[in-house]
Amino acid sequence: MNIDAQTYVIYLLVMAGVTLFLRAVPFILLRKKLKSVFWSSFLAYVPYTVLSAMTVPAIFFATDSRITGISALVTAVIASLLGGGLVTVAVVSCLTVLGVDGLLLVL
Amino acid sequence: MSYTQGVKDGLPIGLGYFAVSFSFGIAGSNFLSWPLVTLISMTNLTSAGQFAGLQIMTDAAGTFIEMALATFFINLRYSLMAISLSQKVSPDFGTVKRLLLATGITDEIFAVSMAQKSVTPIYFLGLMTLPYIGWSSGTAVGAICGEILPAMVTNALGVALYGMFIAIVVPQMKVHKPTIFAVAIAVALSCAFKFVPALSCVSVGFAIIICALVASLLAAALFPMQLEDDEGGAK
Repeated sequence: MNIDAQTYVIYLLVMAGVTLFLRAVPFILLRKKLKSVFWSSFLAYVPYTVLSAMTVPAIFFATDSRITGISALVTAVIASLLGGGLVTVAVVSCLTVLGVDGLLLVL
Repeated sequence: MSYTQGVKDGLPIGLGYFAVSFSFGIAGSNFLSWPLVTLISMTNLTSAGQFAGLQIMTDAAGTFIEMALATFFINLRYSLMAISLSQKVSPDFGTVKRLLLATGITDEIFAVSMAQKSVTPIYFLGLMTLPYIGWSSGTAVGAICGEILPAMVTNALGVALYGMFIAIVVPQMKVHKPTIFAVAIAVALSCAFKFVPALSCVSVGFAIIICALVASLLAAALFPMQLEDDEGGAK
């Protein structure tokens, strides 16, 4: 573990506190719908931009070698384009890493 | 609108959450002991937000302000869902119950709730029960596996969470072309923060915030989405 207990606790409280605030306060106080097309579009795009920014290029560095990381991205996108669900795509990407690692060992 | 009906409706979500949080547990086990990783899941119940949080925690350059800002921004969509859900709940859904059950507002639980005519507190509690258990136990099992499985296997499991993220983003890009634009901008900026020397000093959390903020603002300005009646945005 590379952070001390006190730092962990503060981080945890900040994370959990902000998240609960975001869910509870509008749930309790706001009873009206968001009318702005711009801001609702913005919020609708957020999950996808966050997830893609977190995935690329981080997936290249998620394994011991760049080759396996890049291969995993490629096969995951293909599996997803073919209609694979969450678990299928995740399994495909993991198997790709194992397969390419094995291949690299043989070569 | 009973508790058991809620539990039944929540079963598929719970199973899905187990798989996703298993990957989160694996990712977390590289940095934290398994009880500490599990505690993050038990107190947050978010996917992208937790993962970004984990990265900030383990980043030597991370700060508490950065954690607050990243969590706020990444989870801001829950506020939108909370507002929509607020109009759907039954009159007996009082302030205290809202405060206690607000943690259950996740993308999937929200989607199922919005498909109901009206949402009672006891139904909502039932609905969030198995997803909460699935999310917490999946994290624990994943983190424990991460500690005991051989290196070659955990190395491969390291991409599982990214695989799931891809499985969320790609289908939306297929059905909604402007999302391709938004994702392309986000990825290009994210690569710039990693590979352009002048930008690589920006810490992980702020990089994610800037990428997603710029990409979402541009996409919303150029390609506004149709306002839907009942959905609060993304699934």
